[in-house]
Amino acid sequence: MHEYDDIPGTYVFDGRRSREGYQLNMFCMSLIKEENRRRFATDQAGYLDKFPMSAGQRRAVLDRNWLEMLRLGGNIYYLYKLANFDGHSMQFLGAAMSGVTEGEFREMMTEGGRRVEGGRTAS
Amino acid sequence: MAKIVGGVGTSHVPAIGAAVDHGKTEEPYWQPLFVGYEKAREWVATAKPDVVILVYNDHATAFSLEVIPTFALGVGESFVPADEGHGPRKVPVVKGHPELAWHLAEKLILDEFDLTLVNEMTVDHGLTVPLSIVCGRPNEWPFPVIPLCVNVIQYPPPTGRRCYKLGRAIRDAVASFDEDLRVVVLGTGGMSHQLQGERAGLINEDFDRSFLDKLSSAPDALAAIPHVEYLREAGSEGIELVMWLIMRGALADDVREVHRHYHVPASNTAAGLIVLENA
Repeated sequence: MHEYDDIPGTYVFDGRRSREGYQLNMFCMSLIKEENRRRFATDQAGYLDKFPMSAGQRRAVLDRNWLEMLRLGGNIYYLYKLANFDGHSMQFLGAAMSGVTEGEFREMMTEGGRRVEGGRTAS
Repeated sequence: MAKIVGGVGTSHVPAIGAAVDHGKTEEPYWQPLFVGYEKAREWVATAKPDVVILVYNDHATAFSLEVIPTFALGVGESFVPADEGHGPRKVPVVKGHPELAWHLAEKLILDEFDLTLVNEMTVDHGLTVPLSIVCGRPNEWPFPVIPLCVNVIQYPPPTGRRCYKLGRAIRDAVASFDEDLRVVVLGTGGMSHQLQGERAGLINEDFDRSFLDKLSSAPDALAAIPHVEYLREAGSEGIELVMWLIMRGALADDVREVHRHYHVPASNTAAGLIVLENA
């Protein structure tokens, strides 16, 4: 139980998430190198074999289920490297995780962003 | 003796750097933000710092989850702009200031702050974007930089109070350095933003404006803000704002706010800027 557990739509990258997501995040980290991006592009599932992550994490990566990756210990700065590999921006990720199109997300931002009212606590 | 003459708080959103690099700063999306940077550039140019201490966070570039230092002080001769996946940002190499940096290291450790000392690390947009913001696009950065890289990615980051105290210790450490150096401190990151989860895109202008107000008049109140309040009010990534407290702690108790600017959005972030001078 943490005092931040009630913040909706927020996956705080604490020790528990870090432990769970270590291999998932280190896989994402590996994509910083161009040779790794080339190898991943050639055979995504085979490349993931080098990182002993859970079946659920593998599935989430291959399906690009971003929220599930967060739930299973992915950290946004690491997941962004996977999104970047796909040619996506941080706004694409924000849209994908909040269930809107990239255009809708960008428009929300130019209108001042997502308001905190109603989003402080789920309790 | 060396002295800190003032400080700048600024966001370090990578898209701001990209706008500079690709000549987009006059476009309708960016112009309202960049117009606010001019006064900060003038102030820094006039202040003519001999060295800048730049507080920032790495974004899984130089550091991954293998090693997670809380406070990493760059004591090296120079720091190369990082390759964040598509080649290094085309900005000048950052020259360090080993003489002052080692003095800080020794003083701070003896002042009981547990630092990680780094001779070699690349520096990502967290450090180079603030340099672009305050310097534009020079062929060489006009001053050497001492990077102070703070962990804000692996929760929990150091507390606001700890950051503020470290700032105070930096103030003392600089004041005990023999050479008459003029020093400026940059505190970077923020302002409110959340990149992850269903709450991605969060912006809290009230929180940000209050933070800017209290930075000069009530920094102790800011130092008392607990992490959960940053997470809830300013977004999971808004917790970066604790790094501004290192900058504020390094300034005098009484400061003059010379300039501020606030604009939403810069990509997914509320971009803030403040220039404070020791009164």
